[in-house]
Amino acid sequence: MSAHTEFEREFYEGGEWNPPGGLQFDRRDFLKLFGGGLFVGLASAPGWTQESGRSFGGHALPKDLSAWLHIGADGGVKVFTGKVEVGQNIRTSLAQLVAEELRVRFDTIEMVMGDTAQTPYDMGTFGSRTTPTMGPELRTMAAAARQMLLEMAGERWHVDAGTLAAADGKVTDKKAQRSLGYGELTHGENLVKIVASDDPLAPASAWTIAGTAVPKAQGRDFVTGSHVYPSDVVRPGMLYGAVLRPDGFNAKLQSIDTSAAEKIGGVKVVRDGDFAGVAALDRGTAERAAAAIQAKWDVPAQPSNRELFDVLKNGPGNGNAGRPYVAGSVAQGMSGAEIKLEEQYTIQYIAHAPLEPRAAVAEWDGDRLTVWTGTQRPFGVRDELAQALNIPAENVRVIQPDMGSGYGGKHTGEAAVEAARLARAAGKPVKLEWTRREEFTWAYFRPAGLIEIRAAAQRDGTLLAWEFHNYNSGNAGIGTPYVVPNQIIQYHAADSPLRQGSYRSLAAAANHFARESAMDALAHSAGMDALAFRMKSLTDARLRAVFEAAAEKFGWGSAKATAERGFGIAGGTEKGGYVATCAEVEIDATKKVHVRRVVQAWESGAVVNPDGLRNQLSGAIVQGIGGALFEQVLFAGGRIENASFAQYRLPRFSDAPEIEIVLLDRKDLPSAGAGETGIVGLAPAVGNAIFAATGTRLRSMPMAPRVAAPGQVEPMVQS
Amino acid sequence: MSKFTLHVNGAPVSVDAPANEPLLWVLRNRLQLTGTHYGCGEGQCGACTVLLDGRATRSCLTPVSAVAAAKIATIEGLAQDGRLSAVQQAFLDEGAFQCGYCTPGMIVSATALLRNGRKPTKDEIVKAMNGNLCRCGTYPRIVAAIQRAAGMQSGERGKPASALLEREPQGAGR
Repeated sequence: MSAHTEFEREFYEGGEWNPPGGLQFDRRDFLKLFGGGLFVGLASAPGWTQESGRSFGGHALPKDLSAWLHIGADGGVKVFTGKVEVGQNIRTSLAQLVAEELRVRFDTIEMVMGDTAQTPYDMGTFGSRTTPTMGPELRTMAAAARQMLLEMAGERWHVDAGTLAAADGKVTDKKAQRSLGYGELTHGENLVKIVASDDPLAPASAWTIAGTAVPKAQGRDFVTGSHVYPSDVVRPGMLYGAVLRPDGFNAKLQSIDTSAAEKIGGVKVVRDGDFAGVAALDRGTAERAAAAIQAKWDVPAQPSNRELFDVLKNGPGNGNAGRPYVAGSVAQGMSGAEIKLEEQYTIQYIAHAPLEPRAAVAEWDGDRLTVWTGTQRPFGVRDELAQALNIPAENVRVIQPDMGSGYGGKHTGEAAVEAARLARAAGKPVKLEWTRREEFTWAYFRPAGLIEIRAAAQRDGTLLAWEFHNYNSGNAGIGTPYVVPNQIIQYHAADSPLRQGSYRSLAAAANHFARESAMDALAHSAGMDALAFRMKSLTDARLRAVFEAAAEKFGWGSAKATAERGFGIAGGTEKGGYVATCAEVEIDATKKVHVRRVVQAWESGAVVNPDGLRNQLSGAIVQGIGGALFEQVLFAGGRIENASFAQYRLPRFSDAPEIEIVLLDRKDLPSAGAGETGIVGLAPAVGNAIFAATGTRLRSMPMAPRVAAPGQVEPMVQS
Repeated sequence: MSKFTLHVNGAPVSVDAPANEPLLWVLRNRLQLTGTHYGCGEGQCGACTVLLDGRATRSCLTPVSAVAAAKIATIEGLAQDGRLSAVQQAFLDEGAFQCGYCTPGMIVSATALLRNGRKPTKDEIVKAMNGNLCRCGTYPRIVAAIQRAAGMQSGERGKPASALLEREPQGAGR
């Protein structure tokens, strides 16, 4: 799948939304084709329309070296990329790749990231694309720079560049016993060269810096508190903002009275259509002033959790079914099969809940705007700002300091736009930090979904038919990696009651939960071991390898399940990552479920940084426990009913199991991204383990909430 | 607005603030000590944790007027003369963070937990730290870092603290 369709799929899964008083994206036109790739046309905001064009949304990647890389007179190397660091460790791993090709020490590299004024255009940091696309891009540029430095030295010394060697930031002429540092060669001047993309790169088997556990770049700043997050940015004369929020989603403003707020000293009240906000000298005053605004809203009736899955399947917006992928005949496969299965899975909305809520500092200089904000799409936010503030995009600079993460939840620039409006009206820089409640309410959610499966197999484990329908949650990971002659696989778009968007692995977590749970059920019906049943229909050698590695490390099959203890296995592949997950759960006397041990095997080609990769995978497992067992957004009447950490449970220390990661380092294969797919195996592995212990198949995510969402059956176990 | 003299990171500092303003906003917005973070404003996440006379305290729920007599330590005050505290060093050594936003609160909470050279068990660490959220899910490494720091404090330098299997240098490399 090309990079640009990957981007569009992210947004395609985001669905349509209309932020209150903010941007209005009038129409988005979807045409979905499964199997032959995904094609999406975006007919809406200019920025997004642009991005639906060919090759990086009409922004060709610069071919000139100096756009990507600069070597200072002191030998320091600056690398420019529009990707952003959000905890996934690419500031480190990309620098390792550059150091490797350029032949410099890791610590001579400074990564300049996510600054629209300094870095080449980039669609955004999502879809596990950084390692497979930005990695080779920067490696190519670094290799070209190295070659150029060799040639410069050759010219300087009047020798053939082919006789010279580049290492440790220097070009050396061994014969004449002389060397020149890179900085001495460039004198800090730009390296001017148009780079073809086929310069040979160092094979992973020869890596000495890439492929090693280099510690996190600037790690010290994170333990001393000196790292500056978007919400930490301070500008001279800066005011603090607060925004009036509607009483519910899709609300219309009926009346507003700002006079009480205006009487508070030093407060600037800003009105623009349905948008109302304040800027004040300190945060407390801003919050008080926003609360003093008297507004009446008309909140229309809208669905709650109780109607959710009916709406997703039967709602008026659900006429937009994607063309199904069809192989053979499911009807024929079903008829006469020895084992038949028909199941329904439900997936609730969950919140990204990054620990740093949305934040932005906006500063105007005439009609030029600079915004520091936390976003996975600095260039996308630049375009949002240009449109909302009605200024040319080239007048807008967006700077993304490494932020308190996003997990797919910070693609949009709500806080940036709001801060910019307030700052323009106030005539001073304004900082706007969303509260936790705002982040829980006015951001967007991981889509809810309904998944229906029909499947058939023989008692010997042969799969005969596989029919899989996903309503609303998305089509990432919707296919099956198992060999089944008769298939129907279809994604059905729906009108989502809540604003929704990307989340780590997109719908792959939901689709894997349903598929790998159903596979477990089929194995059980066939009386076969869950691993042996899968392997019988699995030809993908890479996926087989992770299943084997996880099972071996876990000791799969060595212990029998009891009523208190169960074991489950699941796996899959998506975005170039291969994962298999084994889980051990304990059900205690109070029917509480505890995930005690997780073994996860992973393969995504050549490993760039094994320590960072293990950290990502372990984190995905812990985060996955939330969506698997207890996270869910409760909503009714256009309001979120659990918009706080006291009400919305997140995984805590006591939820973390013993985790073992097995890395398969395939140095013969290109490196794929690993930020997302590591989450997809956990929920089905845990569900299958619960089944092994209890004999009950749990078909809703979350499986064990403290209280059921309205309309859901009371959970058999709790967490 | 009232005038307060606070004792922050070993030095007296004068600040004008409304008496009921949370210490968190005073530290961040009036004293530019931005290492202490906002996460929830309701004491549920621990990102805003500071030490008040050595006790881990949620600064988002603590009005500035209540701390005028206390010795306040923030994440910025833990390193001495540029040398990281044992807990800071252990977090760095274990790579016990991803985005790092929760890290100051984790380190400050762990510092209180390990005061007076205590060596908590893993279960005690989990119990004591359970009010601190890490959305990136780095809990196993944080537990390992705290165990490592406890060892460093009692002179067991350099030895990886735990059986943190996630980082076990094995693997079916091929």
